[in-house]
Amino acid sequence: MSDDAATEIVPGWETVIGLEVHAELATATKLFCDAPNQFGGEPNTNIDPVSLGLPGSLPVLNEQAVELAIRVGLALHCRVQRSVFARKNYFYPDMPKDFQISQFDLPINEEGWLELADGRQVGIERAHLEEDTGKSTHVGGGGRIHEAGHSLVDYNRAGVPLIEIVGAPDLRSAEDARAYVSELRSILVAIGASDGKMEEGSMRVDCNVSVRPMGDPELGTRCEVKNINSLRSLGRAIVYESRRQVDLITSGDRVEQQTRHWNEDEGRTHKLRSKEEAYDYRYFPEPDLVPLDPSVEWIESVRSALPMLPRERRHRLADAAGVDTATASLTVERGMDDLAVEALAAGADAGRVLVHIENNLADGSGLLTAAAFASLVAMEVGGDLTATQAKTVLAVLVVDGGEPAEVAAGMGFEAMDDGALEAIVDGLIAEYDEDWAAFTSGDDKERKKKSGFFVGQIMKATNGQADGRAVNELLARRANG
Amino acid sequence: MSSPVETTAQNLAADVRSGARSARAVLEEHLVVIESRDDEVHAFNLVLADEARASADAVDARVANGEDPGPLAGVPVALKDNLCTRGVPTTCSSRILEGWRPPYDATVVERLVAAGAVVVGKTNLDEFAMGSSTENSAFGATHNPLDLTKVPGGSSGGSAAAVAAGFAPLALGSDTGGSIRQPAALCGVVGVKPTYGAVSRYGLVAFASSLDQIGPFSRTVADSALVLEVIGGHDRRDSTSIHEPAPDLRSVLDRGVEGLRIGIIEELSGDGLEGIAGDVRARLHEAAAALEAAGATVATTSVPSTVYGLSAYYVVAPAEASSNLARYDGVRFGLRVDAPTSGDMHAATRTAGFGDEVKRRIMLGTYALSAGYYDAYYGKSQKVRTLLADDFARAYEEFDLLLSPTAPTTAFPIGEKTADPMTMYLNDVCTIPSNLAGHPSMSVPFGVGDDGMPIGVQVLAPATGEPTMFRAAAVLEASAPPGHPAVGGSVTGPTGGATA
Repeated sequence: MSDDAATEIVPGWETVIGLEVHAELATATKLFCDAPNQFGGEPNTNIDPVSLGLPGSLPVLNEQAVELAIRVGLALHCRVQRSVFARKNYFYPDMPKDFQISQFDLPINEEGWLELADGRQVGIERAHLEEDTGKSTHVGGGGRIHEAGHSLVDYNRAGVPLIEIVGAPDLRSAEDARAYVSELRSILVAIGASDGKMEEGSMRVDCNVSVRPMGDPELGTRCEVKNINSLRSLGRAIVYESRRQVDLITSGDRVEQQTRHWNEDEGRTHKLRSKEEAYDYRYFPEPDLVPLDPSVEWIESVRSALPMLPRERRHRLADAAGVDTATASLTVERGMDDLAVEALAAGADAGRVLVHIENNLADGSGLLTAAAFASLVAMEVGGDLTATQAKTVLAVLVVDGGEPAEVAAGMGFEAMDDGALEAIVDGLIAEYDEDWAAFTSGDDKERKKKSGFFVGQIMKATNGQADGRAVNELLARRANG
Repeated sequence: MSSPVETTAQNLAADVRSGARSARAVLEEHLVVIESRDDEVHAFNLVLADEARASADAVDARVANGEDPGPLAGVPVALKDNLCTRGVPTTCSSRILEGWRPPYDATVVERLVAAGAVVVGKTNLDEFAMGSSTENSAFGATHNPLDLTKVPGGSSGGSAAAVAAGFAPLALGSDTGGSIRQPAALCGVVGVKPTYGAVSRYGLVAFASSLDQIGPFSRTVADSALVLEVIGGHDRRDSTSIHEPAPDLRSVLDRGVEGLRIGIIEELSGDGLEGIAGDVRARLHEAAAALEAAGATVATTSVPSTVYGLSAYYVVAPAEASSNLARYDGVRFGLRVDAPTSGDMHAATRTAGFGDEVKRRIMLGTYALSAGYYDAYYGKSQKVRTLLADDFARAYEEFDLLLSPTAPTTAFPIGEKTADPMTMYLNDVCTIPSNLAGHPSMSVPFGVGDDGMPIGVQVLAPATGEPTMFRAAAVLEASAPPGHPAVGGSVTGPTGGATA
């Protein structure tokens, strides 16, 4: 994607990153049974015979989960296709059946792409449905399973629907990786597929990292890093892992294909298992389920009901504001692009709109309407309000709503007429004649210092109502006059 | 009025519904028979006398209140011990499920009970339904009630023996490769494996999910028809369940076979297959003649890939079993043998909890699914299933039904085949193809062998072909030579209750 030298983690080396993101789908019930899909309940309360894998229980596919998976596939521009569930067999105490129902060679969604805020595209290899596992708590021995005195298992999460989104190895830096995950999260939230909360584990990221000398077409041996719980960890793990692999190679060693565990406290990864120790999952088609073959009508009805996606929102705002998509992205992330586009349509100045959103609306737009926003910006641009006054009025509009002209009047923010300002300025020049002399002396340093002094005095004398730009112009005019 | 242990389920239900007998009285008479003989037969892992009395009393109360007590009112039924029963131990005849009581009833159990049936107990089986003699049980072998030195067949040997011994007029079993039909043949009773998906598997402890089906044992064809009408039909809890109500089978039983085209499967009828005994072959051909005499056209036909059935089955079934049986890990239910780590605990529990045959099949199946071997074994076996389905489809263009022996021989002595798994596996050579294809088939008693033990004839039909299959079964039942006196004598003659 990018060969930009600025993204190099180790000079002369390129890091190649592919991410596997698991997101819990926001369904009412689990993937294969009627037990509730809810975070945070008392342990082992959201369970039933199917989610415990009791003998004789059988899975029944949740239609809502399929619909959400189709939404994900369409939002990621994938081919939505006939798919087959498969059993992934391995023993683990938090897997009730000691196999996971997943999709293997025939996933529901294949071959799509995602566009980052700056317009670059990242490939999506597949996005398939699978069930989540339970959660083990290892008591004693520092929480490690091998050292624990005993372990407790909570099956509330077992059987919760997951979509596993496998990205292509198109990312080249920690920043890329974070941008990709942010974009993916925005999409999942926008389409109502997932709440995307990394801190609650409803979105989890595994990271494949390899390195190669810059310009080398061959991919290096990759390691998969697990246990990444935040965007910050993701970036740190990538940087750590890149350096570790480059160090190995430059010291004459080889990178071994491994699964590694990110330790946030120590800021390093350590080996979980090598390729030779990797599980043989013995995948085979799940005989208790029939192939999933959504009709074209269903897929198209899901498509037509999709909301506007972050990418479309960025392009819409960028077009309306005459800026690039990267510049438009913050407004979209803050969910204020509808407000901005509407304000722009009402004739508001694009630069002021985006600046206000960036600097003055970080905590939300509250009761601010697009019409009020547009009026406020018009007053500001027209010189009826100073930048400072506009910010103050904006804060009131967010909390209380209302019309900017009325709010400004109520706060005594009257535009100062030019004559009144000139009278005050001339009075101050007379009062501080020595300072004025220094200001006009021609010494740049001295002029700057005294400029600040005069602006301060003028603002004081006008209770801050003077427009800073008008004041500077007036001072310059007097000095040259 | 004949003794209830000799009559049919239909007649019993009719008597209970009309008030001629009480469900409780019917039950008590069966409990007496169980009490007197099950020590030597060992059909049951558990007799539910108290629970059964409560159910029978509830049926009688419904009758007394003028409510409809259901088509199986007061009929005692025995359940293979791999069918989940709420609050009642369900063992699969394995140590590994020690102490486990399911929190739910299987769909078939719910439906039987709703129809007024009275569950009398849980019957013995080869551990996890893996076997053909009911000798692979952690709780000891079941004996053939017609000759206690012989096996009852398996894996549903306990259910077959229970019906043959008069412990219950009805029983349910499960059939993965012949586990209903083969013991039915060896015990001289009717046994049906329905179309895959015709009966819900919810609550059946899985052996091989793509092959397992639940079906009935009974002394008459009509009784099996009645049971299938009760337990069949769509169930949303089983995704492979057919989206149709259960077909009406009792109404077609008297239609005969006039005009039906029936093919004897050459590969399974003896000439092409070693090990089919002469007396079994003789009864098969007599059965074919009887059908012909009743107006059917009978000819020999070839279904070539049936000869690969056994090999394909012993890849597919163990492969699915290796995955289905992974959950017996000591974590959530059943046996746990403690060890320092969870991995060691898994291993110790499974080593202690599973018998040899189960371990053998788990290893076979794990191997067949392993990286690098999948295509050669599991993949190839799935191709054989496709081939078999194609061959059957071709055969069913020419024939409405097919015919074969159910089992190669009559019941063999206990202990004779336990040392050699391959010999044991060959017992299912005739029954396996229907499971691989997902088709229905049933075993109908048709006389006895040179040793006086029962012989069964297998009627095979295409998917959802049960109504036609039952028409032929009824004709075979009506024209069968005398069966073993202990089971056959009282219910031959016109289908549906000559004993009333």
